[in-house]
Amino acid sequence: MEIDPFIFRLSIFILSIFIGYYVVWSVTPSLHTPLMSVTNAISSVIIVGAIIAGLSGDLKSVFNTSSIFGFFAISLAAINIFGGFLVTQRMLAMYKKKKKDK
Amino acid sequence: MISENLSAIFYLISGVLFILALRGLSSPETSRQGNFFGILGMIIAITVTFLSIGNFSDGFIFVLIFLLIGGLIGAFIAYKIPMTAMPELVAGFHSLVGLAAVFVAISAFLNPEAFNLGTPGDIKLGSLIEMSIGAAVGAITFSGSIIAFLKLQGIMSGAPITFKGQHPLNALILTSIIVLTYLLCSSQSSNLFWILIAISFLIGFLIIIPIGGADMPVVISMLNSYSGWAAAGIGFTLENTALIITGALVGSSGAILSYIMCKGMNRSFFNVILGGFGSTEQSVNSSNKEQRPVKSGNAEDAAFLMKNASSVIIVPGYGMAVAQAQHALREMVDTLKKNDIKVSYAIHPVAGRMPGHMNVLLAEANVPYDEVFELEEINNDFANADVAFVIGANDVTNPVAKTDPQSPIYGMPVLDVEKCKSVLFVKRSLSPGYAGIDNDLFYKDNTLMLFADAKKMTEDITKNL
Repeated sequence: MEIDPFIFRLSIFILSIFIGYYVVWSVTPSLHTPLMSVTNAISSVIIVGAIIAGLSGDLKSVFNTSSIFGFFAISLAAINIFGGFLVTQRMLAMYKKKKKDK
Repeated sequence: MISENLSAIFYLISGVLFILALRGLSSPETSRQGNFFGILGMIIAITVTFLSIGNFSDGFIFVLIFLLIGGLIGAFIAYKIPMTAMPELVAGFHSLVGLAAVFVAISAFLNPEAFNLGTPGDIKLGSLIEMSIGAAVGAITFSGSIIAFLKLQGIMSGAPITFKGQHPLNALILTSIIVLTYLLCSSQSSNLFWILIAISFLIGFLIIIPIGGADMPVVISMLNSYSGWAAAGIGFTLENTALIITGALVGSSGAILSYIMCKGMNRSFFNVILGGFGSTEQSVNSSNKEQRPVKSGNAEDAAFLMKNASSVIIVPGYGMAVAQAQHALREMVDTLKKNDIKVSYAIHPVAGRMPGHMNVLLAEANVPYDEVFELEEINNDFANADVAFVIGANDVTNPVAKTDPQSPIYGMPVLDVEKCKSVLFVKRSLSPGYAGIDNDLFYKDNTLMLFADAKKMTEDITKNL
């Protein structure tokens, strides 16, 4: 009997939780706020689902109920992607300064 | 346009890039490179999605338009937002991820053919379970984050809102979510799907209203975690590796942050979630408090003490954020440094309203990050320091947490501020902090209270130095 592809996805999922666990513990506490904003941005990769939904309308009707939800989801996720990465960048740029030599 | 296998590999690459993005945050030097990896991963994921659908007809232009609208709004917010408003921003962003997850789940439910999940009314069982989980968790994230946002923004009172039968009601709703998911899977009825989403919105709202303002660091971290699980749920539905990896990363990241925050308050996660902290003890403590003598001083006294010190430790807290005093504080420290006084900063894990809140504010004020220390790193130094300058922090300095087993904050790790030769405590009044308990530190012989707005007091001290 063949293994259900779901099991493979589940394996990826479980292993990723462990990767996340070890990677996040190594994040320095002073960067916890940028950590939250960047996780926000990357979790908006959900936009791929929104794009599929948005493009699901056929030639006659670009807008059907399903694709309209898709379009809105695209905008919501895009706010997060741009906002999340840019605000993280802004914050991290402030951490640049090193101790000045006296 | 490109084969499914090829796009799956690209999704895997973008997942790996997201891992590297988080990995970069292990030190400030590598963090900006990490953020770049994150952006690259996102560009790959979006491009591959377009290429794999390969439909560049009418819908495509609308996708770009909506993408652009969202992107412009996001970029605008990112540039305009003041650093002090970071907790609200993050809460707001969480709500958007949650809502996006709900919308994608709805689209998939209404038009499963587009996602290869079957036909309406005959969606594959596994996919249906996955999209129900994605939609429910997404809805909880959305409404929970909205409440957190309103509380942080001050539109809604930070005080816990509790009512009789709250916990049984929540338990009932959670059970019905599970029952509804089961019924949905057997009947494929769209009505049940809508009800499921509606009550998930309701439970998200109900879970967060009883949690007080000072517990917001836990709440934000928890919602961060939820947004990840929602994304993972959708990732399973779409059979998309990038989403599954990201969801797992974000989910565990939020969970770890919640754990760290709970530990910083010496409270269990359930204790925080069940809520109502500080509402019961408060009345008892404030009523039987006798008036104790307090030494208070002005900016000149404070300046005199600091001028004669050789080392000063600054303890910032939420009050500093509220007063926007971080720039004034840094100017004061610059003046101290010119007088060859050693200055460092001590940050308690739960200072502020979100993890790392104080660090960002100090970084904004150009404080070098190697002068800023975590609790464990600096706690032993208080005994050797001359002056502790407490600005906007309160409960996290309360020695009661070490001495009085009756106290609600007993056992919470605190900064050993009282071991300093002298303590300067900037505060508006003697009122207790969020935990609702009196701070013993106010009445110590070596404590000088400076009653004023944090920003104004800091500026006055600088003038007197």
